[in-house]
Order: sequence, then C-alpha cells, then structure tokens
Amino acid sequence: MSPLLSVRDLHVTFGITRAGDMPWTKPRLLHAVNGVSFDLEPGETLGIVGESGCGKSTLARGLIRMVPATGQVMWRGEKDLLAISAAEMKRYRSEIQMVFQDPLASLNPRMTLGQIIAEPLKTHRPDLSAKDRAARVAAMMERVGLLPQMINRYPHEFSGGQCQRIGIARALVVEPKLLICDEPVSALDVSIQAQVVDLLMELQSEMGLAMIFIAHDLSVVKHISDNVMVLYLGRMMERAPKRELYAAPQHPYTQALLSAVPIADPEVERTKKIIPLTGDLPSPMAPPSGCVFRTRCPRAQAQCGQTVPEAGYGDHRTACLYPGAIRAEELA
Amino acid sequence: MSLISDDTAAAAVPQKGRSPWADARRRFFRNKAAMLGLAILVFVTAFALFGNVLAQWSNEELDFMVMGQVAELGGPTLSNGHYFGTDDLGRDLYARTVQGTQISLAVGIIGALIAVIVGTTYGATAGYVGGRVDTLMMRFVDIFMAVPYMFILILLLVMYGRSIGMLFVGVGMISWMDMSRIVRGQTLSLKGREFVEAARATGVPAPVIIARHIIPNLLGVIAVYATLLVPLMILTESFISFLGLGVQEPLTSLGALISEGADTLNYGTTWQLAFPLLFFILTLFGFFFVGDGLRDALDPKDR
Repeated sequence: MSPLLSVRDLHVTFGITRAGDMPWTKPRLLHAVNGVSFDLEPGETLGIVGESGCGKSTLARGLIRMVPATGQVMWRGEKDLLAISAAEMKRYRSEIQMVFQDPLASLNPRMTLGQIIAEPLKTHRPDLSAKDRAARVAAMMERVGLLPQMINRYPHEFSGGQCQRIGIARALVVEPKLLICDEPVSALDVSIQAQVVDLLMELQSEMGLAMIFIAHDLSVVKHISDNVMVLYLGRMMERAPKRELYAAPQHPYTQALLSAVPIADPEVERTKKIIPLTGDLPSPMAPPSGCVFRTRCPRAQAQCGQTVPEAGYGDHRTACLYPGAIRAEELA
Repeated sequence: MSLISDDTAAAAVPQKGRSPWADARRRFFRNKAAMLGLAILVFVTAFALFGNVLAQWSNEELDFMVMGQVAELGGPTLSNGHYFGTDDLGRDLYARTVQGTQISLAVGIIGALIAVIVGTTYGATAGYVGGRVDTLMMRFVDIFMAVPYMFILILLLVMYGRSIGMLFVGVGMISWMDMSRIVRGQTLSLKGREFVEAARATGVPAPVIIARHIIPNLLGVIAVYATLLVPLMILTESFISFLGLGVQEPLTSLGALISEGADTLNYGTTWQLAFPLLFFILTLFGFFFVGDGLRDALDPKDR
C-alpha cells in the first residue's frame, strides 16, 4: 500500500526584495525549505523539531500550498498536491487540516464557537442541512470536551486551552485523514499542554488520523510521535523512529539538541554533560556550502564544506558524513 | 469527556455569548460626551424629519406682510408663526432651516455611504489580493488623490449643471479614496492573522473570507471613520453652496442658508445667520462626539 503522504525533494524559496530596490533588481533568494523528503503512513505521527527559523512551519505550509513550494507531494499515491489546480486542491483541503500555534489568534473574534466549528463543514459539505451541521458541530464539541451550552460564546470568553480545543474541533469536524499541528501547545501552560496532547492522541486513535506534529519541545514530541524528523536551516538532518532517535542519535546536531533538554532532577542535571553549540544560526540567505551544519559542528572536517551529505534511505536516515554516537571529546 | 459530566443538567440551555459588539455598545453608552452627541443627533434628525409638522408656513410662501420690512418685522416671533423669523424675501426661515437640514444631512449621509460601500470593497479587495493588483489599485487612488478635487467638482457642476444629483456624485467620488486606503491598511494587517490563514487552509474561497472574516473585523474602524466623514461631507457641501454652486433654489441647504445670512448680516437681520448656523454647528458637534465615542468604544487597543 502506498503511504498517505509521500514528500520528495520539497523546496520552499522566497524572493526577498529590500526597501529601495529597483523593480528590476533580482530578488535575493531565501531557501526556507531545501530538499526535504519523507513518507507518512496512515495513522502515523511524525514529529518535526528544530530551532526557531529552521523551516518547520514553512515546511508544513508548503505541503498544503499556503506558501509556493516545488517538488512532489503525493497524496495517497494518487495525486501530486503541488501539481494540481487550485480548484482541484480545494477538494483535498478537507482531508488535510491544520491546528495553529496561537489558540486565540487562530479564531475569528467576531464569530461564535458554533460558527467557527461549522465553517469547514459549510465549505466542504454544502449538501448538509443546517440541522445535520448543528448535530455534527455538537458531537465534535462534546468529543473535544467543550460544554454544549458554550455554543454561542465568543473566543475571548475562553481560556487558551479551551481555544485550542475549539481549534482542534474545527480541524476535525470534516474528518480529515491528516492533521498538521503547528506548535499546537507551545503557547499553553504546561498543565494544559498535557491535556491538549492527550486529547490529540485520543482523537488520533479514535479517528485513525495521521499527524505531523511540529514543536520545539523535544519532550512533547517524544510523547506523541512515532517518528521524529530533525530540521536545521531548511534541511533534514536526521529522521528516525522515536525510540531510536532519542536513545541513539546519529547526527551531531540531534545529539546537541537532546543534550540541551533539561532534566527534572537537580542531581542528574548538575552532572549532565552537554554538547555546546557555538555561534548563531547562519543566515538562510547565505547558507554554508556543503553540510549546512558544519559551521557549528564539533565533528566538522574539510570534506564537510565540499559535499552535501545525503540522508540515504531506510528507517533511520542521517544526513551526515561522519554519523555515529557522541564522542567523549565533544562533550563540555 | 470528564468536563461534561458535572453539570449535564444545565447543559441543555445554550448560554448567550458576550460578543465584541455588545462590549463596545456598553462602553459607548457609558461615554457621556458620546451620549450627548447622540442626543443632539436624535434632536437634529427629528427636527429635519418632523419639523414641518410645527411649521405654519411652507418654505416657498412669501409673507407679504413682512416683505420689504424684513429687518423690522421679519424677526423671530411666535405671533406671526415665523419662529426663526423670515429670510430676505419674506420666506419662513423655520421651514427653510428644516429643509436645509434635510438636504445637508442627506448629502452627508449619502456621501459617507458611498465612501463606505465603494471604499470598503475597493480597499479590502486590494489589500486581500495583494501583489501587483494591490499596487495598481492603490497607485490609481494616489493619482486621483493628487488631482485638486474641489476644482474638478466645480468644473463638473459648471459643465453638467448644478443639480443635487451631480453634487452627490461629486462628493461621493472624492470621499471613498481615504476610506479605501484605511481599509486596505487594516486588511493587510488582518490578512496575516492566523484565523484568516486557518480559513485559507480550510479552502474557504477568497470572496467569502473577505465577507466573513475581513470585513466584520473592519467594521469598527469603518463605523468610526464613516461617522467622522459625515460632517466632512456636510462641510464640503456647505462650502460649495457657499460659493453658490451647490443646491439651487427652491431647494436649500444649511450652507446656502448660512451664505444668505452672512450676506444680509449688515442689514441687522442676525437671525438669518444665527438659526442655520446653530443647526449646522449642532449637527457637526453631534457627529464628532458620536464618532469620538465610537472610536473609544471600538478601539482594540483599549481592550
């Protein structure tokens, strides 16, 4: 069986024009996502992690054509989402839904909860009668844990966690196959984060959803994902099943990220060794040659500036010329 | 879910939500200056609509008893039914003021309405579509803004005759441009908000996004600007009427009445200026106060 989503060599490039440029000046190119490939099976959760500005959100937006992308995004082995017309794409938009980072900002302040959740139904199921629609909205509200009497309330009357439940209800009311969660819990309190993540996992197993879960919190991703992909400067560094990635990361960047996760035990935290990353994220307008991570990599050799490392195939893919476990001299 | 189990009994009745509009309304009604402005506006509107019921003379009748001796006999009095006195020709100034207020309000409101409808559609479209279309549409507005509109308006009135229809067209034509700029700017900032992105990701068509997501969130700004636009329209019309190019006899407007009153001021007929001016000022005050109150009530920064 073909995977639900099969992404090959996805690129998202923005043209940047500075103020004062002449109209005929060629815009400078920013490669936000640079040749990312992965497969997603039905019911699978893929966690995407990386620093701010590494292209996590842009990758997700490129998949559903919210930003112009090139490459190939095969949907259930039948259609390339990047090649079809905008009108045809509309059909697939009900199958791929999205949950956003800022729960309150993603809800129209002038619409009631009922209207917000009903909107995707109105768009994709115009055949439903008002009564059927109301019934589906009510069922969805109950499923995400919103009280039915709240239906006429406005977003500003809800807490962040409740707003995110509304956002989830809106995404799931059209029964999509794939849910893209763009940092759905990073704006919430830690206690609420757990509730929302558990809700997502519950709904996922009930509805057989596949999920792309973007976060920069590695422990949340560890909790929810089947596979994890690490991005750096628009490129994939490592992709592996969760257990393998957390237990035996192969890419020095993944190792550095994992070593920076705080541990809730002062004894362990004090004696823990971390891999220091020196310097800042290079500008995506002028990425380093060869391996983009080499400027901050403790393992970099001359060869890293020449060759762009290929990720290879298989379950555990590492885009590094010198993959392997952490070495003693890399720790600080 | 566990959240529901506690009070399923109360769950059946949907609670009423407190909409952002209801909040704004409460803030508006608590604003004393705005309520005073609203009271003035209600009074002026009632005067314009029903003032004729009290009038003992029509606006066209000449009172031959006072004609020729307007300065001595034409003053405001209850005895001969000229509450506001008469004008230079012996016509009842009360009836004339009622008529002038009607015309001035109509010009102001219709001018502002044209601005709201055309400006909002134009600005929201330019802002939402963006890119080249936006540049083209807004440069077009810039070019039109650079044209001295008063000059064009006067030319139009001279060329096509001084009709009230022409006045509406002229006033409406110039008023929508500022509106479209404001709306475009607001649309640009709304377009980047996540709820618009959410609607786009769901596949809601662009016209529906503009109608359902953009415009309702713009209505506050539009309402404020429209209320402040009405007095500007009234002022424009008065200025043109003052120049003698506005509404023509037997119709009149507050501007035309003020112009006449100012002309005859030297003969000692102060009331001919005072009463139209009073209603003119009241109307402007009312609109400005209400506009200010609306701004305070709807301004998102105050929340």
